[in-house]
Amino acid sequence: MQRSDVVVIGAGPAGMAAAATAAGHGASVTVLDEQSRPGGQIYRDVDRAGPARAAILGRDYLHGARLSGELRAAGITHIDGAEVWAIEGQGRVSYTRRGCAAQIEAGRLILATGALERPMPVPGWTLPGVMTAGAGQILLKQSGVLARRAVLVGCGPLLYLVAAQMVRAGTPPVALIETQTRHDLTGAARHMGGALRGWRHLAKGLRLLAEIRRAGVPRYTGARGIEIEGTDRAQAVICQSGGKTHRIACDTVLLHHGVVPNTQAARSIGVRHRWDAAQHCFAPVLDTWGGAEGAEALIAGDGAGIGGAVVAELSGRIAALRAVEQLGRITEGERDRLAAPLLRARGRERAVRPFLDAAYPPFAEALAPADSTIICRCEEVTAGDIRGYARLGCLGPNQAKAFGRPGMGPCQGRYCGLSVTGLLAQANGQTPDETGYMRVRPPLKPVTLGALAQMDGTGDGAR
Amino acid sequence: MKTVSPFLELEEKPRVGVTFEGERFELPEGENLAASLLAAGVRVFRRTPVSDAPRAPFCMMGACFDCLVEIDGVVRQACMIDVVDELEIVRPGAEAAKGTDDAAK
Repeated sequence: MQRSDVVVIGAGPAGMAAAATAAGHGASVTVLDEQSRPGGQIYRDVDRAGPARAAILGRDYLHGARLSGELRAAGITHIDGAEVWAIEGQGRVSYTRRGCAAQIEAGRLILATGALERPMPVPGWTLPGVMTAGAGQILLKQSGVLARRAVLVGCGPLLYLVAAQMVRAGTPPVALIETQTRHDLTGAARHMGGALRGWRHLAKGLRLLAEIRRAGVPRYTGARGIEIEGTDRAQAVICQSGGKTHRIACDTVLLHHGVVPNTQAARSIGVRHRWDAAQHCFAPVLDTWGGAEGAEALIAGDGAGIGGAVVAELSGRIAALRAVEQLGRITEGERDRLAAPLLRARGRERAVRPFLDAAYPPFAEALAPADSTIICRCEEVTAGDIRGYARLGCLGPNQAKAFGRPGMGPCQGRYCGLSVTGLLAQANGQTPDETGYMRVRPPLKPVTLGALAQMDGTGDGAR
Repeated sequence: MKTVSPFLELEEKPRVGVTFEGERFELPEGENLAASLLAAGVRVFRRTPVSDAPRAPFCMMGACFDCLVEIDGVVRQACMIDVVDELEIVRPGAEAAKGTDDAAK
């Protein structure tokens, strides 16, 4: 079996920075990543973006190329296209690459599995043509593909970024349907102090809005009653805004109301998670370094709680310092000295979060959808089904599986887990922590028998 | 199916031939399969086993499994595959369903 001092799962900003830092202190490092090329979602395919795409995507995106460059350093083995499906014991990681299973033993394990889009169940969200805003951006980053007639629906900085990038590409969105209200913004004002410390973010946001406005993209704010119309594909978005009902015809709908930690891998090894009321999601319970409660692993990046790309990069380096100290490559004193400026920078970067979290709260209708709205896309379980299970005495998501299979399809609850917890908590008058979350078990991704049969134990997947 | 694509491709790249449900498409070599099929005008990637509802890529990052297709008898996520020459792609279960229909005749 292969062995590495440090095994990093994920090659986004946290994973790339963690790998580079650990290797910089002489540790052997293996990075396992699902994608064909490094970058994660935020810096997706940054090494291949030509000048045209670079101009559209902007300088923040291009920063990722510096990180992917660091990933090519001596001592780092980057195994691309590696789908991790099990983590066992003290750090034995099983994965599939090009149809062959392989295993690697980690001295220290760093999970950098990033974020997922917060599920946004609204009527019609399963129709072809409806995607996450992140997906729309991935199409642009990786493939240079843009939706010609798209409506962006939801809230948050990413929605404006995607809209501005579409404007720059010459395919502005048909409309922006925004769910945040003026009340959200005034409520967020009390976090302005922190936001001002992160003033660069705010200035960036204002520049994006100016670009969108200049392009003449209509904005519908405080939108309610959002529905996507269509039979075999999305054809229009219906919403109420400004006291009127609007129907906006389109071919593509891009949904977004924030991102949440991707907790699948961490949960599968028993890391304790706690509800984060400000960010409306579960996050792992961690120490300063990213050391997880309940399992032998460090967690860095958005998977540790949403902080964005810069926080992710810093957290990756901080976690790596802890890992190399635990491996005996540096002393605790050296670790603390090296980490001090990183911790300070991370504190400054995090200062803007309370403002963003308050200004762009999740869309209330998607947290409590109408009975007929599908919440589990795979098994087609509706919000009404979940409420029905609660009436029959169902208290938690694991019990709900026995009632109607929510979370038991191929996505394993990635896009319904938070909805199931939320609906059961509402129906039973409990907190999300009391209600709990779906138990996550390996395999984290489907594995074929053929892939297992080809597992030879030597792990030549690295070549 | 080959209607005007709702998606625009910014760059021209060398293309290879693949088939989707028996129909031939010229897709950019080495590019993401899900993105390339969308750009080629494919709207419905699969139908759900529960209600036969149409689905297409949703997350583009390997998490939602809505872009599942079948290649060489293996059901895979189109968003995690690169385009290579002569891929033969079908909707998952399409072959099996055809078998059942034939048996019923």
